[in-house]
Amino acid sequence: MKRGRAHWLYLAPALLMLGTFLVYPTVHTIIISFFGPRSDKFVGLANYRTAFTAKPMLLAFRNNAIWLVVFTALTVSLGLLLAVLLDRVRYEVIVKSVIFLPMAISFVGAGVIWRFIYAYRPAGTPQIGFLNGIVNALGFQPIGWLIERPWINNLALIVVGIWVWTGFCMVILSAAYKGIPKEMLEAARIDGANEWQVFRYVTIPFLKSTIAVVATTMVVFVLKVFDIVYVMTNGAYDTEVVANRMYKEMFAFRNYGLASAIATILFLAIIPAVLVNIRRFRAQEALR
Amino acid sequence: MAKMARALTRISLHLVIIVISLIWISPSLGMLISSFRPQQEIINSGWWTVFQHPFDFTQFTLENYIRVVGQEGMGRAFLNSLFISIPATLIPIAIASLAAYAFAWMEFRGRQALFMIVIGLIVIPLQMTLIPVLRLFNRLGLSGTFLGVWLAHTGYGLPLQIYLLRNFFGALPAELFESAYLDGASRWTAFSRLLLPLSVPVLASVAIFQFLWVWNDLLVALVYLGGFERVAPVTLKLSLLVGSRGQDWHLLTAAAFVSMALPLAVFFSLQRYFVRGILAGALKG
Repeated sequence: MKRGRAHWLYLAPALLMLGTFLVYPTVHTIIISFFGPRSDKFVGLANYRTAFTAKPMLLAFRNNAIWLVVFTALTVSLGLLLAVLLDRVRYEVIVKSVIFLPMAISFVGAGVIWRFIYAYRPAGTPQIGFLNGIVNALGFQPIGWLIERPWINNLALIVVGIWVWTGFCMVILSAAYKGIPKEMLEAARIDGANEWQVFRYVTIPFLKSTIAVVATTMVVFVLKVFDIVYVMTNGAYDTEVVANRMYKEMFAFRNYGLASAIATILFLAIIPAVLVNIRRFRAQEALR
Repeated sequence: MAKMARALTRISLHLVIIVISLIWISPSLGMLISSFRPQQEIINSGWWTVFQHPFDFTQFTLENYIRVVGQEGMGRAFLNSLFISIPATLIPIAIASLAAYAFAWMEFRGRQALFMIVIGLIVIPLQMTLIPVLRLFNRLGLSGTFLGVWLAHTGYGLPLQIYLLRNFFGALPAELFESAYLDGASRWTAFSRLLLPLSVPVLASVAIFQFLWVWNDLLVALVYLGGFERVAPVTLKLSLLVGSRGQDWHLLTAAAFVSMALPLAVFFSLQRYFVRGILAGALKG
């Protein structure tokens, strides 16, 4: 350790940037969330009241809730399933690359890819979307995947998220799975446990904290989900989500007060999840 | 009997894995194949029909790419993405390394508290900063400029980078620095000649994550570059194409592939750093 004042020289650029782009804007956003659309008139809690009662907002909250449950449950369980199954085959690495690959692609790119998968043409014309091609081949009428509300289109969007994030869950859970002492699994098998019981009573308890980390990461993503919805439906046909709503209030309607209130709500919802994540991450130190 | 049951389980294991892999790869495959098919063919038949005569290469064309890169402006957007991503990766890493060095190896009052505050900033979602920063940029004439986007990405990337780098720097043995100082090395020499070379792997992981994050970002570009098509990166350009040419799949598929070619190249060539970077970066708020 060296003493002196030089440390400020090393810290100054970082503190300046953090102050300008994170600290000051956060404080500013919280303040203007109590003001009108142009930040000139104090309106008290009116924006928050609107945020929690206006119809499009309630819809967005409902959709984020659907995302939260379906997306988190499916990414984590699929990731876990793959981690366990792939450990038993020799071509593990190749399959892992295939599953992880979408993580490299932007959500905009993923959105375009999946819009094409969901492409819909009226019955009788050749279907060019993969899913309706399958539906057609099975002898059914084509489905408007991004139009049928409220379940089909919201689930169709969630599937895109799952396609992107399952690889992430798989990689982390797989690393943890390989950390289970082999003797433990073997001992359970020798005691007569079948594979399901081994999974349920040895694997799951052992991976509990890793599953929690992965799940909170998914929750943080869900709360902020934006790009996929923006590109694929822009919230049409009741697929709106909170982050997209905030963007619309900001840019389409220029209601900076309401947009700031929505951002603040998002912020408050995220804090606990991220804090849990940082704590666990510190315990694990995954990068080393 | 038991042997046969075991063989059956094995086979169904392989089957499940192969089916999942096929499901995962088919979206990208469909896009890639379609991007090489002429417009007429795309409209009239699904991309999977090319497998009916897989060796007939005359059914493919480069026309879509030529049109998308030239006329539709994806070439320009690709260069813009490079202009945005490279400085937006290098600037924050340089700044974060300096700060992380101070947090790890310099003693000053309030060091731990200040570090905790910096880590705490990870929780701030982008949405919390958009309006004030946009107003600031409008006042300074920075909206619609590369400089504005570089600075914004620098601010947003710093907390996580400082955190990751400090952890790595802090884990290096103290004797290393003590003996360097005894030999008369200054702080700066210890930083640039000792610390940075030792930290190449972690710097690479952090850099790859930041690069991909910026390259794949839509929101920051949308807000700060919004109305200016000249400076639009690939993600923004692609989302504009979805708006204007939503049904022209020959163009959209080619444009989508142009937008993801570089991240895919990074993925395949630097997979180890890539995975590590993504895993660490997932913490980003």
